[in-house]
Amino acid sequence: MASTAAVPFWRAAGMTYITYSNICANLVRNCLKEPFKAEALNREKVHFSLSKWAGGKPEKPTLRSDTPGV
Amino acid sequence: MLRQASRLLSRSVTAASSKSVTARAFSTELPSTVDSTFVESWKKVAPNMDPPQTPSSFMKPRPSTASSIPTKLTVNFVLPYASELSGKEVDMVIIPATTGQMGVLPGHVPTIAELKPGIMSVHEGTDIKKYFVSSGFAFLHANSVADIIAVEAVPLENIDASQVQKGLADFTQKLASASTDLEKAEAQIGVEVHSAMNAALSG
Repeated sequence: MASTAAVPFWRAAGMTYITYSNICANLVRNCLKEPFKAEALNREKVHFSLSKWAGGKPEKPTLRSDTPGV
Repeated sequence: MLRQASRLLSRSVTAASSKSVTARAFSTELPSTVDSTFVESWKKVAPNMDPPQTPSSFMKPRPSTASSIPTKLTVNFVLPYASELSGKEVDMVIIPATTGQMGVLPGHVPTIAELKPGIMSVHEGTDIKKYFVSSGFAFLHANSVADIIAVEAVPLENIDASQVQKGLADFTQKLASASTDLEKAEAQIGVEVHSAMNAALSG
């Protein structure tokens, strides 16, 4: 029951729709005029703390404050 | 394996009841009675247990389609961080679907459309409001309600033309020099989005 619909180029390259959509949104945000651009980038900032676990215990957490380029 | 599950389940019930379950097509009205032959055979086999519920017994009936086409389209336009338009009654909406610019009037055929980067315009009387949409989906329902969801949508005045040109030149060059499939895809996306913004600003 395989469908033979043509896949979009980004899916053929192994990208998911969410990744594609986020890239499009980031590109649009980067082309905004000044006060709007700062607002948008500010709105999209993420901060998270990541810790890997080894032997049942968390190792030292790394704090990431990425601006959205990811 | 799971495809066989419905067949195996219905095998233990009389053939008559499985026929009546599969004969029901999509409908806006729900069946008023539960399948009685199934309930009877269930009670014979397991008299102390309630018959199982089916998903349709939990469903609320869909809002019925009006018999005459409404005069206005109700638009809900949402972004992840804001509700841009909520229940607004308009005359027409033109959305940038992947299959081309699609005009939506009241009474449009129910459709799910994936959006590409482009201009969405909302027409109310003589007012036209345009937004540049980065990507998203539009759900057009039978009762003339349009739910449009976009990840990023900006009024055209907020876009900086010089950055668009610069981006377009950048990505065109990246596309030419890209090696892996992923790089090519990313550069291609860049070219498409910037070309769409360019066209939006000049058109």
